Amino acid sequence: MTKRKERIDRGIKVRSDGIYALNSYREILYLAFPRLLPVVGLLAVVPFFSLYWQEVIASTAIYALLAVSWELLYMTGLISLGQSLFYGVGAYIAGALNASWGFPIYLTVPIATVGGGLLCALMLLPVLRLRGIYFAMVTLVLPLMFSRLVEATRILGGTNGLTGIDSFPNHWISFCLIQIALLVAFFGFRRLEGSDYGLVIKGINDNDRAIMSSGINIYWYKTQVLFLAGAVGCFAGAYGAHHDMFAGMPGFALDYSILPIAAAAVGGMGSFAGPLLGAFILVPLSEILRALGALRIVFYGLFLVFAVVGLPEGLFHFIRRKYEQIERWVEVDK
Amino acid sequence: MLGTIIIYGFINSSILVLVAMGFNLTFGISGVANFAYGAIYIFSGFLTWIFLNSLGINYLLSIFLTFVCTFLLGYLIYRFILLRVRGLSLSEVMATFGLGLAIMELFRYFDFVGVKYSLPVFIDGSVPIFGNYVDYQRLIIGIIAVAFAVAFYFFIHYSKVGLAFRAIAQDDVTALTLGIDPDRIGAISLALGSSLAAMAAIVILPLGTISVENGYEVLIDALAVCIVGGLGSSVGVIVAGLVIGYVQTLTANFFEPRWMILVSLAAMALVLVIKPSGLFGKQKELEERV
Repeated sequence: MTKRKERIDRGIKVRSDGIYALNSYREILYLAFPRLLPVVGLLAVVPFFSLYWQEVIASTAIYALLAVSWELLYMTGLISLGQSLFYGVGAYIAGALNASWGFPIYLTVPIATVGGGLLCALMLLPVLRLRGIYFAMVTLVLPLMFSRLVEATRILGGTNGLTGIDSFPNHWISFCLIQIALLVAFFGFRRLEGSDYGLVIKGINDNDRAIMSSGINIYWYKTQVLFLAGAVGCFAGAYGAHHDMFAGMPGFALDYSILPIAAAAVGGMGSFAGPLLGAFILVPLSEILRALGALRIVFYGLFLVFAVVGLPEGLFHFIRRKYEQIERWVEVDK
Repeated sequence: MLGTIIIYGFINSSILVLVAMGFNLTFGISGVANFAYGAIYIFSGFLTWIFLNSLGINYLLSIFLTFVCTFLLGYLIYRFILLRVRGLSLSEVMATFGLGLAIMELFRYFDFVGVKYSLPVFIDGSVPIFGNYVDYQRLIIGIIAVAFAVAFYFFIHYSKVGLAFRAIAQDDVTALTLGIDPDRIGAISLALGSSLAAMAAIVILPLGTISVENGYEVLIDALAVCIVGGLGSSVGVIVAGLVIGYVQTLTANFFEPRWMILVSLAAMALVLVIKPSGLFGKQKELEERV
C-alpha cells in the first residue's frame, strides 16, 4: 500500500484568485491579510516597541533593503555576492557630501541614492556580459578591493572613516523614513515584477538568448536593473551613514554582503517576500544571540547551513504553500 | 636587490601555489564549491598544534593524524552538507561558507589567539643564496611546491581518479554512463582538497603564528590564483601563482607590504573583466558569457 502526498489549492484561494469574483469580506481578508501584514506590522506595531527594539528593527530594515535589492538582481540572473558595494558607496557619498562639503541631510540622501545607483551601474558595466558564478566573483571582489584601496591610499578618512556626519533631526523621522522606504521598495519591486518589465527581466534569467532573439537589448535592461538595485542599496548606505553618524570601511565589510544573501536563502528566493521575511528573522535573531558574545557568529553560520540544507525552498514558500493549499495522503493506483 | 626579488618572489609564488592547489582540485577541477577552504586551512594548523602541544604527540605523527582528520572532515562535509544541495551553485557556496564561518569563529571563541600558537619549523637555520640568507623552511616550501605541482599535473591528467574529477565537472550524467559515480568522486575530491589544505598549512604556518584572519586571506588568495589561472586548469594555477607572487613581491619591495593583498584582488577583477575563463581555462569558455 503506497501513498503519495497530494496538494490541492484551497477553495478560497481559487475563488479569490480572479479579482472580479471577490464577493465576501472573508475572501477580501484572505487576499489582503498577507499584504497588509508588513505594512501594519512596520508602521503600527513596531512604534510601540521599546527604543532598543525599535533601533533593532531599523537596522533590520537596512538589511532588508539590501536583501530586496539582491532579489531583484537574482531575478535577472545576476547573482551578487557583494551587496556591501552598494552600502559602502551610498554611505561614503552621503558621508563625504555631508561631512566634507556641508550639504544638508535632505540633499545628501537623494544624491547618494541616485548618484550611487548610477555609479554602481557604471562600475559593473564592463562585466554585464558575464553571468552566473563569474559575475558573482566580480561582485565579491569589488567591495573587498574598495576597502583595501581606502586603507592603502588613506583617502576618505582612511581606516578611521568619516566622522561628524549629521544625524537625523529626531528619532521618529529617522524611524519612519527607513520603514516607508522599505515598504516603497518592497511593493514597488513587486509591482515591477508583475508588469511586462518584470516578464522581460525574468526571461533574461531563464533564457537570455531567447530574449535577445526577440529583439530586446538585454544589456540595457541589465543596466537598468543594476541602477534600481544599486539605488536601493545606496539609499540603505546613505541612511546608515546618517543614522550611525559614521561612514567607513565597515561599510564594505562582509556583513552587508552575507546577511542579505543569508536572508534570501532562509526566507526563500524567487519572490521579494522571502528575503524580507528572512531579514526579519535573521537580524533580530543575531541581536538575541548577542548575549553569547563571539559564539554568536558560530551559531549564525550553523543556522545558515541548516537553513540551506534542511529547507532549500525557503521559509516563505513553505508558509505560502500552507496558506494556499491543503495536503493529504492518497493511495497510489496500482 | 635583484637576487632578493627573484628568491622571495619564487617563495611567495610557491606559497600561493600550495595554498591554491587544494582549492583548485575541489572548485576548479571537479566543480564542487568549497568556501570552507580557509577554515580547513587554519583548522589543520590548530589541530596539529593541539596534537603537538596539548596531547604531546611527536611532530611527524601529529602531521599524519592531521592529514587523516582533514581528509575525514572533507568527506563528511560532502556527505552531510554538499550532497543535499548538489547542483544548486548558490546553495553550495552558502552552505560551505556558513560552515567555514562557524569553524573559524569557534576557534576565536576558544581564544586561539596569540604568539604561542605557532608550529615549529622542520629544520632550523638558513643558507646563503645569491648573498641572501634564506631559511630552510622557505626552501622546503619552494621544493614541496615544485614537487607537488608536478605530481598534481600527472595526477590530474593521467590517473583514473584525476580524470574522473574532470569528468564530473564537464558533464556528470555522461560521467555516470561511463561508470563514474559523481557522488563518490565529489566526496573524494573534497577530502583530497582538504588534505592538500592541511599540507599547505603545515608547511607554510611555521613561518608565522596561526591566526583566524589567516583563514579569510587564504580563501581570497586561493580564489585569486584559481580565477586568474582559469578554473579547471592545473597549469594555470602554477602560472597564475608565479605572476601574482612576483607582482606581490615587487609591490612589497617598491611600495609597501600593505598593498600586497590589493594585487590579488585587482588581478582577479581584471581577469574577470577581460577573459573570465582565466589564462588557461577552457571548459567553461562558452558558458560564462552571453
